Amino acid sequence: MAVATNNDALLEVRNLKKYFPVTKGLILMKTIGYVQAVDGISFSIKQGETVGLVGESGCGKTTTSKLLLRLENPTEGDILLEGRDINTFRGAELQDYRTTVQAVFQDPWSSLSPRMRVRDIVSEPLVVNRNVTTQEKNERVAEVLQQVGLHAQQATNYPHEFSGGQRQRIAVASALVSYPKLIVLDEPVSALDVSIRAQVMNLLKDLQEQYNVSYLLIAHNLATVRYMAHETAVMYLGQIVEYAETEELYNNALHPYTRALFSAALPSHPDLIREDIVLQGEVPSPINPPSGCRFHPRCPFAMPQCSEEAPVEKEVSPGHRVSCHLY
Amino acid sequence: MTAVQTATDTILEVNDLKTYIFTRAATVKAVDGISFNLRKGETLGIVGESGCGKTMTALSLLRLVPKPAGRIVEGEIVLNGEDILQKSEDEMRDVRGRQISMILQDPQTSLNPVFTIGNQLREALGIAHRENKSSMLSRAVDALRKVNVAAPERRLDDYPHQMSGGMKQRVVGAIAMSCEPGVIIADEPTTALDVTIQLQYLRLLKEIQAETGLAIIFITHDFGVVARMCDRVAVMYAGRIIEQGDVRDIFSRPAHPYTQALINSVPKLEQSVDRLYSIDGQPPLLSNLPEGCRFAPRCPYVSDQCYEAYPQSYTLNEGHYADCWALDADWQGTPIEEFVPPTGTAG
Amino acid sequence: MAAVTTTPEVAAPSTPQRENRLVSGLRVARELPVIPLLVLILLLAIPAIFANQLAPHSQRIGVLDDAKLPPFWISESFEERMVVQRADRNRLDVEIGLSNAQRKVERGEATILVGGEDGEVNPGDTLRFQARKGGSMEYPLGTDKQGRDILSRIMHGARISLMVSSLAILLGGGLGTLLGMLAAYRGGKTDSIIMRIVDIKLAFPSILLALVLVAAIGAGFTTVIVVIAVLLWARYARVVRGEALAIKQQDFIDRARVSGASNARIMMRHIFPNLVNTVVVLATLEVGHVIILESTLSFLGAGIPAPTPAWGVMVADGRDLITTAWWIFLFPCLAIVLTVLSMNLLGDWLRDKLDPKLRNI
Repeated sequence: MAVATNNDALLEVRNLKKYFPVTKGLILMKTIGYVQAVDGISFSIKQGETVGLVGESGCGKTTTSKLLLRLENPTEGDILLEGRDINTFRGAELQDYRTTVQAVFQDPWSSLSPRMRVRDIVSEPLVVNRNVTTQEKNERVAEVLQQVGLHAQQATNYPHEFSGGQRQRIAVASALVSYPKLIVLDEPVSALDVSIRAQVMNLLKDLQEQYNVSYLLIAHNLATVRYMAHETAVMYLGQIVEYAETEELYNNALHPYTRALFSAALPSHPDLIREDIVLQGEVPSPINPPSGCRFHPRCPFAMPQCSEEAPVEKEVSPGHRVSCHLY
Repeated sequence: MTAVQTATDTILEVNDLKTYIFTRAATVKAVDGISFNLRKGETLGIVGESGCGKTMTALSLLRLVPKPAGRIVEGEIVLNGEDILQKSEDEMRDVRGRQISMILQDPQTSLNPVFTIGNQLREALGIAHRENKSSMLSRAVDALRKVNVAAPERRLDDYPHQMSGGMKQRVVGAIAMSCEPGVIIADEPTTALDVTIQLQYLRLLKEIQAETGLAIIFITHDFGVVARMCDRVAVMYAGRIIEQGDVRDIFSRPAHPYTQALINSVPKLEQSVDRLYSIDGQPPLLSNLPEGCRFAPRCPYVSDQCYEAYPQSYTLNEGHYADCWALDADWQGTPIEEFVPPTGTAG
Repeated sequence: MAAVTTTPEVAAPSTPQRENRLVSGLRVARELPVIPLLVLILLLAIPAIFANQLAPHSQRIGVLDDAKLPPFWISESFEERMVVQRADRNRLDVEIGLSNAQRKVERGEATILVGGEDGEVNPGDTLRFQARKGGSMEYPLGTDKQGRDILSRIMHGARISLMVSSLAILLGGGLGTLLGMLAAYRGGKTDSIIMRIVDIKLAFPSILLALVLVAAIGAGFTTVIVVIAVLLWARYARVVRGEALAIKQQDFIDRARVSGASNARIMMRHIFPNLVNTVVVLATLEVGHVIILESTLSFLGAGIPAPTPAWGVMVADGRDLITTAWWIFLFPCLAIVLTVLSMNLLGDWLRDKLDPKLRNI
């Protein structure tokens, strides 16, 4: 799967794979198979832009984010940050990577330590990686807190004194404090209330402009991705089945799975219900994924060759890639 | 997708229901005077954010408000012509399951992990039918078939952990419908499911409703689910229903600023926007409600009048009401801007 | 439409938090378990700290003339009946030996009640004699067989109990917490090895293990602490591991790793502070356990060596005299029961307050 090297890309993922061994036995653990959580995905993120990863649970989007954050090591493939493979980073380089790439997680209740003050939570990336004075640290914390719409005085409070939306703002502040180049947003608004989601999404967009930071947005909600992302990748069972600029993808979805996702997405008006594809069955187990095209057992357009041969990714128009025998 | 027009007889009527939770520190007015009715074969959506009292409304309808802290302090719940608040606990056991039933949000926890699916189904069926083993078995198989579980005979011996989330939620649905209740309350039943599975489940509910004439109260925070499922909508904010009406009325001409904000602040799949509309602040605590209109502190159109008293209910259209002072003919403040529905609505 | 009554004013955002802190502080204070706390303060804390100042008598040296005096409320002197034993053994206190009885009768201190028709004292005769003086406020809880004030000894014993339990829990709990945290955080082999050792430890009968250990290193204050710590750590390790595993799953640990925190920092700054509740609750609940262990060891002679007034030693001292001088045995027993009970009640309360997840311990 050759991907042309993108020179203006901040981060490039090439043929990334992550297999988790499935083991049996208490003492002598025997590997009886692998969960193919991520199986050969490639994409790149440009400076100051957002790439959205959409898919259902178990499609490998969260594993992808963990690989990017180096919380897991890939089985195969490269992740290049400004041309350098992040998995070769050690010591100072790794520290530097840690300040360059940050994350905001889904659950604002579990992502802030209940025993730390907001100031310590927000400044963690600074304290760990840089020799900054307490005063510099406090000034920077006050600055980012204001940027995310909180008061600088709230730095001394504990997380339980904040609502969900405010806590997510604290998480965003912490991710921003070290001037990162990339922030991985793992379902940043799905745990929030409806009227709070728009606040946080708008905030994230504003901050992107202000900091020229790139986002990798992991989401299951297509509308959220449409609002936030410049480019969108649709994942199914560890693979990217379709990748395009967001506008292109939303106006011209090609892969049957993508179309099914659009059909299943909830309408914004009762008159807008459109169901062109309704999927039957559920996502198969990633331990023994179906042969050929992984989507063929659920695909309404499946052809004989789909179960035998895995489709090759094709570029149907500039920047719009699909893996499907139909095209 | 047409609302059921023929069945107009009311099956459930709620009048000025108040459910409070009395804690040491404060009185939490979880449900503070709500009224609505539900007709046979109709789906009513109750929409609101977390902590607006929508789940407590559901529990009140089943008289399952957590005791001893929670209590229904006022109101009427007339189900099939009888006020269930007047019933004894023993009589209530007959009402629950047979006349009104509930599907909970999390299929992982609403099934008992140590019993098989068949066991739990038969237990639920046993409330309505006391029969011999083989006929109970066939009833259980039928119940599973009704919720589109493939190979139901084999599934009966499965334990919940052997099933996927979507399957489990179907079983929960089968259990809830086992005694053929007239009303089902579905409390965010698809929130824990994936989108494609969610669509399957919602379609299934619609099919069953078309077959049996079931009335559904659909509790959700998601206007998309409402658009997909409901005939009528009640929007809750801080313990009150602030607007209710026909689903198309609400989506095309929402009257209350809160409803407008909710509909507008959700990103649209069908169109790209540069910036989402958003309202500041967050909902008030139910233990510390502001005087007057509860939305006033967040409302872009607020005037002094709003802080003085809770607004009257104004009728905008047949069956479409909203509680907002700005709808008054004598309104002095900024008029509410006309709502621009998302493009593509015309069809 | 009913009028909505609400709290009259909504204060500015910063003040209610302060206020809330004060209010919630007061609420906690109101819910404090008063009786257990009072018992602990009066019975354990104050005597332990001020034993030297408060104790009316010496803890080690008694006045033999004042041996076996009853508590103060048994004010009158009284007679005692005793069966004369065949041989003269050194068991004067329980039953009276032949030559001793003879001497008492000759001195006119005792009269023969049953038997003794020949004027001689024979084995099997029952004597009646003026046995003891009554109790007084001099020795409020009476004295033991060496004439030592029981109250003073209980006070000093409180200090021993407190020291043994706090040091043992610090040592054992610290070790257990560290190992549990390590097992949870590292996982894999480290986890397997640590937890198998825990399993083996928990499979041993603890008193047996303690006796073996004492036999190996010799009795003494330090030994007792070490032995109890060895008995304690495994439970800590198991509970802490479970808790730490749950904390490790939380996103803030991933966030810390993304921020480049080292393993040591994650354990100390991010995991440990969230374990503190658990550790504190466990420690409180274990105090009772440790006091009983220490007493048991002392009772069995494997604990604090004799003249030091550990509560267990005092109970052991009194066990021979249960029928005649019950107070020697009873008061240290009561001290143990009350302390342990209060500690457990306090622990339960703390658990409910701080860490409701620990219900099953």
